[in-house]
Amino acid sequence: MNADHSATDRDPVYRMQDLTKTYRTEAVEVHALRGVTAELPAGEFVVLLGASGSGKSTLLNILGGLDTATSGKAWFNGRELTAKTERELTRYRRDHVGFVFQFYNLVPSLTARENVALVTEIAANPMTPEEALERVSLDHRMDHFPAELSGGEQQRVAIARAIAKRPEVLLCDEPTGALDSKTGVQVLQALDMINKELGTSTLVITHNAGIQAMAHRVVFLADGNISEIRENTERVDPSKIEW
Amino acid sequence: MRVLDLKLLRDLRRLWTQSLAISAVLAVGVMIMVMSNGAERSLRETRDTFYERNRFGDIFASASRAPDALATDILAIDGVARVDTRISTFAILDIADMTQPAMGQVLSLPSSGLPAMNIPTITRGRIPEPGQRDEVLVNQNFAQAHGFSIGDQFGVTLNGQKRMLTITGTALSPEFIYTIGPNSIMPDDRRFGILWMDEDVLGAAFNLTGAFNDVSVQLGRNADPDAVTDALDNLLKPYGGTGAFPRKDQISNAFLDGELKQLRVMAEVVPPVFLVISAFLVNMVLGRLIALEREQIGLLKALGYQRTEISWHYIKLALVIGCVGVGLGWTFGMLASRGMAQLYAEFFHFPYLVFVQYPSIYAISAGAGLMAAALGAVGAVRRVVGLSPAVAMAPPAPTRFRRGVLDRLILWLKPRQPTMMILRSIGRWPFRAALTTFGIATSASVMIAALFMFDAMDELLDVSFVQINRQDAVLQFAEARSDRVVQDVAHLPGVMAAEGVWSIPARLTHGHLSRRIGVEGRRPGDTLSRVIDTDSLDLVRPEHGIVLARRLADHLDVGVGDAIEVEFLTIPDSRHKLIVTGLAGQYFGLGAYMEVTTLARLLDRPVQVTHANLLIDPAREEALFNAIKGAPAVAGLTLLAQVRQSFTDTIAQNAGMTTTINSFLAALIAIGVVYNSARIQLSERARELASLRILGFTRGEVSYILLGELFLLTLAAIPLGLLIGRLLAGAMVASFDSDLYAIPLVVSRGTYMWAAGVVAAASVVSALIVRRRIDRMDLIAVMKTRE
Ligand SMILES: Nc1ncnc2c1ncn2[C@@H]1O[C@H](COP(=O)(O)OP(=O)(O)O)[C@@H](O)[C@H]1O
Ligand SMILES: [Mg+2]
Repeated sequence: MNADHSATDRDPVYRMQDLTKTYRTEAVEVHALRGVTAELPAGEFVVLLGASGSGKSTLLNILGGLDTATSGKAWFNGRELTAKTERELTRYRRDHVGFVFQFYNLVPSLTARENVALVTEIAANPMTPEEALERVSLDHRMDHFPAELSGGEQQRVAIARAIAKRPEVLLCDEPTGALDSKTGVQVLQALDMINKELGTSTLVITHNAGIQAMAHRVVFLADGNISEIRENTERVDPSKIEW
Repeated sequence: MRVLDLKLLRDLRRLWTQSLAISAVLAVGVMIMVMSNGAERSLRETRDTFYERNRFGDIFASASRAPDALATDILAIDGVARVDTRISTFAILDIADMTQPAMGQVLSLPSSGLPAMNIPTITRGRIPEPGQRDEVLVNQNFAQAHGFSIGDQFGVTLNGQKRMLTITGTALSPEFIYTIGPNSIMPDDRRFGILWMDEDVLGAAFNLTGAFNDVSVQLGRNADPDAVTDALDNLLKPYGGTGAFPRKDQISNAFLDGELKQLRVMAEVVPPVFLVISAFLVNMVLGRLIALEREQIGLLKALGYQRTEISWHYIKLALVIGCVGVGLGWTFGMLASRGMAQLYAEFFHFPYLVFVQYPSIYAISAGAGLMAAALGAVGAVRRVVGLSPAVAMAPPAPTRFRRGVLDRLILWLKPRQPTMMILRSIGRWPFRAALTTFGIATSASVMIAALFMFDAMDELLDVSFVQINRQDAVLQFAEARSDRVVQDVAHLPGVMAAEGVWSIPARLTHGHLSRRIGVEGRRPGDTLSRVIDTDSLDLVRPEHGIVLARRLADHLDVGVGDAIEVEFLTIPDSRHKLIVTGLAGQYFGLGAYMEVTTLARLLDRPVQVTHANLLIDPAREEALFNAIKGAPAVAGLTLLAQVRQSFTDTIAQNAGMTTTINSFLAALIAIGVVYNSARIQLSERARELASLRILGFTRGEVSYILLGELFLLTLAAIPLGLLIGRLLAGAMVASFDSDLYAIPLVVSRGTYMWAAGVVAAASVVSALIVRRRIDRMDLIAVMKTRE
């Protein structure tokens, strides 16, 4: 494993300090995050593992600027995310973050190409939608509507859409959660390749333990806390992963 | 094209039926606004132009015989700009194509040609040559009603002398836009015509050479109409003046004014109401449509689109829908307003139509329409855009159903589960259910407002022609005569009964309120025309006082027991205080009644009669007509059956059109509301319903859950709509009230049932369309898409 990826000699892309998130519904309070402190180095492929309900999505959403923390602080490339206004968070998402969601979240009325264009139109330095789709090997399906694509293909369109702006971070919430093993692997391969070729810091949530084998670093979340961070000395190629 | 705009177009295409339904509702609001406003303003403009070009009088007066020289004195009255004097009289006409006598109002034309005021517009031919005894110009509608062409002849009895007249031309006059004869309530162009003849010929026939009996005055700028009226009355009093009256009391103008007032109500009250309703519908539907886009909005936010960009995207969607609605509304509104104005112009016999379109109405209606659409979108987008993207993208949490009072009621009812779902859904979104109910109710109420007119007309005809007026005909004498003439009339062939009436023009005053009307003196035992209370149908007796039509009493603000001042205009210095002893129901005119003996004692002169009510033996009608055609004392005969007929024809023509339009609108609203509600519910609850199907519920059962709610709301909406409709009808009746007639507020059971039926049918049709969608629902696809 390359020494470049150690936490110490590289600036972290994300830094978190005592992050908490409490959801208040009418009757109950849910402590989704209970004081998370960590640093994630830039350029790595990080897998976030944990049981369902352990706070993975909550953490990812805060890091991606989709949601705000109840207390604590988080920094992206040294700038404090938790101090940003909603407007600034929007700009942050627009300029720096690519998202991939479990249910793809494509706009059904737009073709693959157009779904990607949705992002390239507002990004500062995007690649063309065609290039982005080529990177996920979907250049032959560019003019299909989401309803005409399989789940794996839809998720690859979502990845193309996420990377088309050349984001600094790619945040994926259970990208394979709705897919079978074979198509899931294709999606993971695409993510891995993006990380390699573009150097995009990638954070992938999963509750599938098998996937941790392909990561540079694995963060274990349990009950709103980080229970362990493990660096993989040996990375397994996604094609070898099964579930 | 930007991708978001592409999405907009595709979404529109996907939602086109719903979008069109929204657009249609909006279009209706815009259309009514443009249409009624355009028609109303065009007619007003047409009337004003016609009045001005043809110098329609401002003040009118009659006398029995005033010397021509008096015209100079009248012109000298401060404020009088123009004077026209003439001879005006009624005459019996004998026309070849009808056995019954017709009636004519004969007007003199100066030897110089056309008169200085109230100028007839010649539509064909020419005016009679000066001195030509047998030439006549007639009003166009009269000529048309008889199929007369220039050169045709008909007979007239002028002061007892019968002669044949030759038509030289036809004309339209600002005085006779609404051509209503004496004792009549509606225009009847076959039985009432306007005849213009040479002044000298008429002067000789009526012994009015060098004199006049009718005068019109045009006021100058800043003139005081009351002062001029008083001065005119003073000048004419020695010559048998009957009291000057302003343009607003001129019969044709008053009727026209009434019609325009109705149109104005249509133009100013109805469209805003409609626009508000459609705005509310658009808001509701669009709001829910956008609420369904919650996830996509969350996604756009996640991708880094700003709030404003996202809001604008959906506002654009609303605006496109709005623009389609406004465009449709404009187009149909413009066509309809021209058509409507044209219809009215023909109905009133204007020589031309000044079609005016006010850009402001287009701007206002467009502004209101687009605003309604945009606001609908903004409200909904705001609710979703405010959510953090993480929350927006997550499926909305299961709706919290609470146990409230309603729920306890539901549980007590122990319904089956599908019914439970319906009731819970209504209980959970009571506001939404209320809005839907209100929308459907609106449709029912518009229907009532359209249809009750027919009921009102039935009632009006029954009261006027069965309860009050039972005579077959009214015989008009040329001038007031001794009441012995009634005996002679009774002996005419075919007359089975005759009752004399003495009508004297009078001014009734109470405090600062006053009205110029005719007071009728009648014998207590008379039964052919009765003064009754329309509620109890009991006779109302004047005894030693005066009975007023209820509406007249309202105008004068008096009740039974109050004293009013009565000035008899044809009798010099005849002012009397009379006690109001009763109120009579009456839909036409403003009547005042006294016992003829009381009247005679009051005026200190023997009883006279001005007209007689007749009962006629139908078998000997013709003999009577022939006798009357030659009788010098008779000015005219009005047959009640024909009055009634022309009234129903006119009403049928007018009410028929409005009713058709309004029924159409009512159905459109019902479909707009029900269809949209059902469609949106279908999208909102697709997963829930699909799950039920997968659990083994039948299509019917699933449809029941969705449509049952709408049926329940429709059921609740109908009585509410009928109630609102009743109120609306009341408001319309109030707005139609004029000196000339009032419309009774009657809504029959049939009307209620029809309105309820149409709304229910519209609801069922919309439901069936949606039902087909439920039937074709692709279960797997629905379950796969994460709504
Ligand atoms: N919007 C919300 N409102 C209330 N509770 C929430 C909300 N989102 C998440 N939670 C709760 O917070 C906890 C963490 O959720 P999440 O971060 O989604 O977990 P994970 O992604 O690890 O499954 C869970 O108990 C979940 O029920
Ligand atoms: Mg999660």
